Order: sequence, then structure tokens, then C-alpha cells
Amino acid sequence: MAVSFPTPRRLGYRLNWTGALAALVVLFWALTAIIGPWFMPHDPGEIVDFDFFGPITDQLWLGSDYLGRDMFSRILMGARYTVGISLAAVVLACASGVILGMTAAVSGGWFDTVLSRLFDALNSIPSKLFGLVMVAAVGSSIPVLILVLAVIYLPGAFRFARALAVNINTMDYVTVARARGERTPYLIMNEILPNMTGPVLADVGLRFVFIVLLLSGLSFLGLGVQPPYADWGSLVRENIGGLPFAAPAVIMPSLAIATLTISVNLLIDNLPTKIRDRSE
Amino acid sequence: MSSPIPRLVLGRLGIAAITLLIVSVVVFGATQMLPGDVAEILLGQSATPEAVAGLRKAMNLDQPAIMQYGSWLWGLLRGDLGTSYANSMPVADLIGGRLVNTLRLGAVTAAIAVPLALSLGIATAMYRGTAFDRAVNACIIAVISVPEFMIATLAVLVFAVWLKWLPALSVNSDIDSITQMLRVFAMPVITLLCVICAQMIRMTRAAMISVLDSPYVEMALLKGASRSRMVLRHALPNAVGPIVNAVALSLSYLVGGVIIVETVFNYPGIARLMVDSVATRDLPLIQGCAMIFCIGYLILITVADLIAILSNPRLR
Amino acid sequence: MQNLVEIRDLRVKATTDAGNVLPIIKGVSFDIAPGEIVALIGESGSGKTTIALTLMGHTRKGCEITGGEILLSGQDVVRMTEAQRQAMRGTEVAYVPQSAAAAFNPALRLIDQVVEVAKIHGTMPMAEARAKAIDLFRALALPDPETIGNRYPHQVSGGQLQRLSAAMALIGGPKLVIFDEPTTALDVTTQIEVLRAFKSVMKERGMAGVYVSHDLAVVAQIADRIVVLKGGEVQEIGATAQILHHPAHPYTNELLSAFEPRTFARAADPVAANAQVPVLEVSHVFAGYGPLGADRLPHKLVLKDVGCRLEKGCNLGVIGESGSGKSTLARAIAGLLPPAKGKVLLNGELLEPASAQRSKEDLRRLQIVFQLADTALNPARSIGDILGRPLTFYHGLKGAARQARIAELLEMVRLPRTMMHRLPAELSGGQKQRVNLARALAANPEVILCDEITSALDTVVAAAVIDLLKELQRELDLSYVFISHDLSTVQAICDEVMVMNGGETVETLRARDLPDGARHPYSRLLFDSIPQLDTGWLDRIPARVA
Repeated sequence: MAVSFPTPRRLGYRLNWTGALAALVVLFWALTAIIGPWFMPHDPGEIVDFDFFGPITDQLWLGSDYLGRDMFSRILMGARYTVGISLAAVVLACASGVILGMTAAVSGGWFDTVLSRLFDALNSIPSKLFGLVMVAAVGSSIPVLILVLAVIYLPGAFRFARALAVNINTMDYVTVARARGERTPYLIMNEILPNMTGPVLADVGLRFVFIVLLLSGLSFLGLGVQPPYADWGSLVRENIGGLPFAAPAVIMPSLAIATLTISVNLLIDNLPTKIRDRSE
Repeated sequence: MSSPIPRLVLGRLGIAAITLLIVSVVVFGATQMLPGDVAEILLGQSATPEAVAGLRKAMNLDQPAIMQYGSWLWGLLRGDLGTSYANSMPVADLIGGRLVNTLRLGAVTAAIAVPLALSLGIATAMYRGTAFDRAVNACIIAVISVPEFMIATLAVLVFAVWLKWLPALSVNSDIDSITQMLRVFAMPVITLLCVICAQMIRMTRAAMISVLDSPYVEMALLKGASRSRMVLRHALPNAVGPIVNAVALSLSYLVGGVIIVETVFNYPGIARLMVDSVATRDLPLIQGCAMIFCIGYLILITVADLIAILSNPRLR
Repeated sequence: MQNLVEIRDLRVKATTDAGNVLPIIKGVSFDIAPGEIVALIGESGSGKTTIALTLMGHTRKGCEITGGEILLSGQDVVRMTEAQRQAMRGTEVAYVPQSAAAAFNPALRLIDQVVEVAKIHGTMPMAEARAKAIDLFRALALPDPETIGNRYPHQVSGGQLQRLSAAMALIGGPKLVIFDEPTTALDVTTQIEVLRAFKSVMKERGMAGVYVSHDLAVVAQIADRIVVLKGGEVQEIGATAQILHHPAHPYTNELLSAFEPRTFARAADPVAANAQVPVLEVSHVFAGYGPLGADRLPHKLVLKDVGCRLEKGCNLGVIGESGSGKSTLARAIAGLLPPAKGKVLLNGELLEPASAQRSKEDLRRLQIVFQLADTALNPARSIGDILGRPLTFYHGLKGAARQARIAELLEMVRLPRTMMHRLPAELSGGQKQRVNLARALAANPEVILCDEITSALDTVVAAAVIDLLKELQRELDLSYVFISHDLSTVQAICDEVMVMNGGETVETLRARDLPDGARHPYSRLLFDSIPQLDTGWLDRIPARVA
């Protein structure tokens, strides 16, 4: 494989301004999730203000929460939960969905039929409802949340990957490889997967947004991340009492969620079409 | 020439039935994953082993899971949803009135959302790329990117806190005039509308655009047809299937939305009941609510597919 | 005499998805007299359809008229308002699309679509329009003219739809009709009927026309004058007879030379064939799709008792129209669609029906090359990787030996060795088809199944690929099964030609006896339907008795 290098650079991908801005915001939140907690001015559990729902001051950059804790530190900490849990869940869901989807598309037969039927049925359970039932049954902890979120979005990832792979599978180059005598693992890894990476990555982004929204929704209902830990959804729930005064404690975590999800959506919408739907 | 429609319709109904069966297994199975034993949980940690065993026997928990599933499903088919753990009332009675409330909320929302979203979706597809289209699209991206509870809290902030037009909570009991009903429904409906319309406009626009790009619409243009004729006479009849599907899928977002909205506005519907029962781990109640939501969703999707089959001229 | 259409210095630019702006029509000028049919001819990318559509004031998505004028009865289409254009479309200028199957709205009855022009423009009452439509159906030789309009588009055949689309264009009584490759998607036996109908109806009504096509032989039958286009520029304009017989431009010559009959003449007849075991033998093959029925045959049977022989060093042509089962035969031989019954023998040895059961050695000796080079090469892998895989797979080649062999293969198909670092998207159609061929050669095969490998290529490029196939045969002792719908390509390379229809063998002929040696009525009809480069050909052919 010494001399073989594909040359995507020469095909020239360019991102427009909206896309670039969105990418910057996404990058910012990713960095915050990784290194943010080292820059916390206060311990997120420590009560630093006698007043609750305090305003923005020099000391408390984003005000204080319903107990008088520093909101800035709590949002930095929350980034780790929101982004971390969602990322773990989306990777789990998409990786297994794509592998199963490609296998189903290439091998066909009963494997494909059973899997498709099963996942279609799972898909017809509304996501929030499924989350509620699972959390009610097993209780809420971070590993459980990750697993539940992954299970909820697995059918969608499967269906998307399968549809792409079915299209690619009808291409003559796959038929040629099959006529050559290649086995299923080779077909999947070398002929099909390389031709769906762009759309699959875009799908991972969309699904990430869904997962962030669902996780926040569950946390808002008090079924997600449990105290003393808090993701952004829990922060909104905790501080919902500040709503009548439009306290920063309730507005800031909401803004954090909105900037993250809107940026990811905008980034995907502004990806060059070449990447987004190469095989469609 | 015999029409393939009856076969397709029967096939679709069969698929719906199989799906419902799988869903029931999942809903039942999920609640079986509970660590420990329902009897132990109900009686608390101080219960004597004899008491636990007695309760287990009374609740048929000593039978294998498959038998329990069987009797649960049989009950379900007869409309018997079991007895609530929390207050020993039949689940069906608990759900009944609440279901009506939720359906009323959903119906009001759908009645406004469907015509609004369809006309906006078709209009944006017709005037693709114009400032109008871009503005609507920007709003849609914003709305679908934020959680429902944010829209709900924003609505409270604007209408109840700043403008003081509407009450922040919905209480169904003191409705005695139309204006009052409007006031009670307004906030939940506004929130749900935002969520549903955004999805529906987006999907309708996409369905419409794929039809507008087809050669027969270009052919209509080359026959001298006006833009409205191209859209209404040529594109729309072919977009019925996809659009109905888009409507059904978007309405299914009602389920998710209703869970949040009923909680935020304290609306006495079935979703609020379910969220409360999750807190008390009232399994029969959770199962019952979950099955009702799934059946509602399945009915929507199945009806949409049936309309798509019937509207396909190739099958006539 | 006043011209009906005068196009002066027309310029159109296109914006690609990546945002680049390219000129696609670069200053085209020509005229059309009333009642005259002008053909726009050129290969793909010549801009012929774009020019035709500008006559209606329409450009496809991403395209825009940037300059020049198009005078239609003295009015400039380029400067018209959208409302003026709407009023003109269908009544002054009408359009017959390339694919009528796609251009008819599947949700509406045919008659409603045909009379729609009259309805939109209010030119005549509906009852009169219907009566006129039925007259047109009759003039276009459509079956059941009274009732055919009540059907939906999916209920009539492709050739009928194409004629119905002509009726749709003619109903408004336009001064100019644009035919956009209206017979390209049709089989030759259907094409001849459609062409005949078009010609008689146009002549009868004295309408002017623009006929867009890539096929000189078709154009020769119907056009008064020909405009030869290449890369958005006019190469030559002349009367049909002049273009065909005394072309002035070298490009026109090139186009014409692709039509010269080139029968495959070998220096010597290949080895006294019959004494040997044939390299490939197919006998009594039945194949199809769907579940097996009680008779152990698939539900939808495509091949019915097909057999053929290919002698070593010889080439077998398989010719037929769409749906004849010729491509299915290739798939059955390759084991991609395992035959339900019958035998495939390679050098006298029985092959397993399914490719998955065949040994690597059997697979290596029999290679298949597909029609569309675009979809036959994995867009994510470099040419080197694509050619290297069979080398590693069949011969275990690695490292420098593999590299050397890849370079050798590229040389064999006359491509520079530096191409191994390129991705398929960076290659032209002809280059891709060569790589496609090189991949089959990498296996060192004995037999190559060529499934319509030149059909998607422009004529000049296709001729070069055929020449390459012949050279490779001399060098490598190959045998080809050459599947095509085009008689002249098959004639150019094959020793024997098998005619297929409806999944059955019609007859097998020696190539040198073609086309006059055909005995079976279907093969005669097929060969007679192939347009000749001769203006009088269509009028001489007797109407099909059907």
C-alpha cells in the first residue's frame, strides 16, 4: 500500500461563512467539555452567594443559581455531562447501526428481514416515551443513560446506513468484486464503507443533536443526570424557579444548549454537498 | 386486471399488527429489567420474607416471565390494563379522563398546525431560494434545534411574565367560558405548534421540492403553465403520499412534545400522569400509558401509509 | 423570405455545485425558415439540448442566458417577461421531451395532459381540443385513438408515450416544435415507427422543427439542415445531403467515420474451430428472478433455454433489444444470477451455478466488464488500488511486483502509468472504461464478458475502445462475449452473432453474413430497423405489418 493515497484535497472542499462560524462554536463547546472544568473559578457545589438567582457580576460571571452557587462553574461542568454523554451515546448508536446496516444490506436474506422488522418496530416507539419507560424500569445513572440513548437512536442509524449501503450495493463495482469472489467482510470494509463516510458523518451530527435534545429533555423532567451532578438540562430544571425574574441561572444553560445544537445543525446544513450526499 | 390495492392494504395492516406485538414485548420486557423484585420494592426493605412471598403469589410474580407477559397481553386485548401499584385503582380508570384531555390538546394543535404548515411548506417550496424561503428556514432550524422545554419556558417568559396575557399554568377544572378555555389552552398549544409546524414545514417542503424537480413539472412549464398551475395541478397530486407521511411523522412529535408541555404547564393529561408514575415506579400505569402512546403513533403512521397507497395512480 | 427563428451570438453560462461558473454555449448563431426542420447534432456536452430549450426562454437549473438574442417571429425571447414567455410556450413553440415516460404526469389521464395546452391558453373549447387530440392520435398511428387518452401514462408503452408527447406538442398548433432526442430511449424497432409518425405529421402540417440528436443516421431521415455542435460552438452548418456527403469540417468527418461499416476481418480464420473443445459453452440455461415455482423455475423467468458456444480466440456477439435477456445471460454465465437449470462449461469443465461456489481459479479465468464505467469503479479508491486488488486476490502479488504489474496493465490499455495515483472521478469516460478493462485483464482471464461496454461512450471514443479490444486479443489470446444493442459495434469485433428476443435465442449468424444473411423474421426486422446514413432510408422501408 506504499504508493496508494486517495487525494481528497485535490477535489477541493470549501466551507462557507455560516458553516465556518458554526464549526467554531462546536469546537468551542468540545474544548470546554474537555478542559473547561480546569478553569472553574469556584467549586460547582460550593455556595458562594448569599443571594439566590443573583445577577451577573464581576465575581459571578453568569450569576448564581437557586442555592447561590456559581453558574459559570456549573455550566462548564455541565458541558462535560451534556457533550460527553451525548457523544458516547451517538458513537455507540451510529457505530453499531452502521455495522449492522451494512451487513444487513450486503448479506440480505433473513438477517436483513428480521433486523429491519425489529428496528422498524423499535422506531415506532416515540423516543421520549422509550426513555421514560427505560429510566423508570432501570433507574437513572450515567451508564444507563448512555445505553438507553444509544438504543433509542440505533434503529434510525441502522435504517440510514442500510439505505445507503443498499444503494451502493447495487453499484457495478460491488458486483465486480462479488464476481471476483470477494467475501462479505471485504465488500463491507473496502467497497461500501469508504463510499458512505460523508453521509454517515453528517448523520452522526444530526443524531448527536437529537440525543442532546432528548438528554436535556429527560434531565428537565428530572429523569436524566441526577444531583449532585448536573448537565445543562438539569440546570434548567433546578433553576426554573428563576424564570419569573428572567434570572441568568435559567437563561444561560438554555443558551448553552441552543448554541450547541443550532451550530451542529448549521454546520451540517452548510457542509459541501459533495461530502454530504455523495452516494445519493 | 385485478387491483393490487387490497393485498397492499392487508399487508400494511399485518405489518402494523406485528409491530404492535414487538412493541408490547419491548414495553413489557423493559419493565421486567427492574433490578430486584416489585414485591420487595412495594413492601419496602423491612418486609418479612413471608409477606414478600405472599405478595409475589398474589401478583403472579412467581410465574415465568412469558406467562406474565401472556396474561398482561390478554388483559390488554380486553381493555384491562391492570391495577395501579400506587393507589390500587384500575389503570384504565386512571387513564380515561386524562386521555380525553390529552387528545383534546392534540386535536386543537393538529387542527391549527396541519393547514398552517402545509401552506407554508408548499409556499417555501414554490418560492425556493427567495428571502421568504430563507427566513422561514432559519426559523425552522432554530426551532428544531432547541429542546421543547425551552420553547415552553420562552413562551411563559413572553406571554405570562412580560406581557401577562396568559396564565402560566393550565388547570382544566375551572373552564366556564370560551375565553377561559382559550386562555388555558393557549400556552400549551403555542408551544406544541412551534415544535410540530417546524417539523411539518421542513418535511412538506422537502417532499414538494423533489416533485417540483421532476421532468413532468418542467414539461408543464414548457406548455406555458403558470407557477400555481404547475404546483397545484401537476406537483401536488403526486406529492400527496410523501406529504401525508410528513404530516403523520410530524404529528408523532406531538407525543414527545406533549410529555414536556404537560409537565411544564401542569396540564392534567396522560403524559403528565405517566411522568408522575415514573417517579413512583408504578409499572402497570407506565405500561398502560406507553402502550396507548405507541398505539396512537402506529395508527397515525399506518393511516398515512394507507393514504399513500390509495393516492398512488399506478395502483389504480 | 423572413426567417421564423434567428439566433444571434447566443451565450449561456452554468454554475456548478462547487460555485464555479462555466460558459456552456459560446456564441451560437443560426436561422430556421418557416416549415424547415433543423437538426442540432453533437456528442454529450455539446450544448444541443441547452440551445433547444433557450428557444422557449427556458434554461435548466444553474444555467443562465448571458448574451445574444433569439428572435422568434421577430420577437426576442431573451428579453421577454416571464408572462410573455408563458403565453408563447405551447402555442408558438412546443416541446417533445427525450423521455416521455418521465415527462407525463403519472397522476393524470393522458388526454387531460394532451389538451392542457388548449386549456392553459384558452385557444379552443375543450370538446374541440379533445376531437383534435383524437385526430392527432390517429395521424400519429396510435392504436385505439378514441380511447387511448383515457389511460394513465404507466398503462401505455414507451413508443406510444413518445407519440402521445408529440400530440401534446402539436395540439396548440405551434409554429416551431422542438424534438429533444425523442427516440434515443427507444429500441430500434420502436424508433422506426415513431420517426415515421413524426415525419409524416410534420410534413403534413408544414411546421418548422428543431431536432436534437446525437445520431446522424436518425437526423438524416427527418432534417432539412444540420447544425454540428461541439463544446457549445457551431462547427458546421449545412443542408443534410451536404453534411452527409461533403462535410467541410474535420469534426463532422470524425462523426461520420464512426458510421462506416467496419466488418471484423481477421488475417486468418481462427483455428479450425470445431475440432476443439470450446472455451465457453452454455447449454439450455434457464434463469430469472423470484422464488422457484413447482417446475423448479423462478417466478419471473428471463432466460428460456439459451445456449451458445465460444471457440478459443473467437468473439461471440449477443444482440437484442431491451428486455431481450442479453445482460441477464452475462450475469448467468458469471454466476451472479445462478441459472435455475442448464450448464455453463469453461474449457469443457462444468462451472458451479453460483459465483460464490466457484473456485478462485474458475473465477479468475472468466471476467466480466460492465456498461457504465462510472459505476463500475469504486469512487473512493485510487486506480492503483482498483487494479491491484485482483492482482493480490488471484495471484498473491505484493509490494514492488504489484506496482510493476499495475504499471504494465495501464500500459496495456494505453494509459500513462502515473494514472495509478488518480481517483476515478478525475478520469474521462473513455479512460474509465479502459481502467475497467485493465481490471479484468489483471486476472489473466481466458474469457471476458463485455456487457454493453461502449454504449455509454460517444461514438469516437467507443471506436477507440473497440480497436483496443482487438489489439489486446491479438496480444493476450483472449476470447470475448460481446453484448450490445448496437449492430455496428457487434459487427466490428465479433465472429459470430447471436440474436436474442424475449429471453430466447432467435438465431446465430456468422458476422460476415450480416445483416443480409438473417433468415428469422425478427432478426430481419431488427436489422432493417437500424437507421442508415442515407436520407431516403426511412421512406424506402415498408411499414411494419403488426
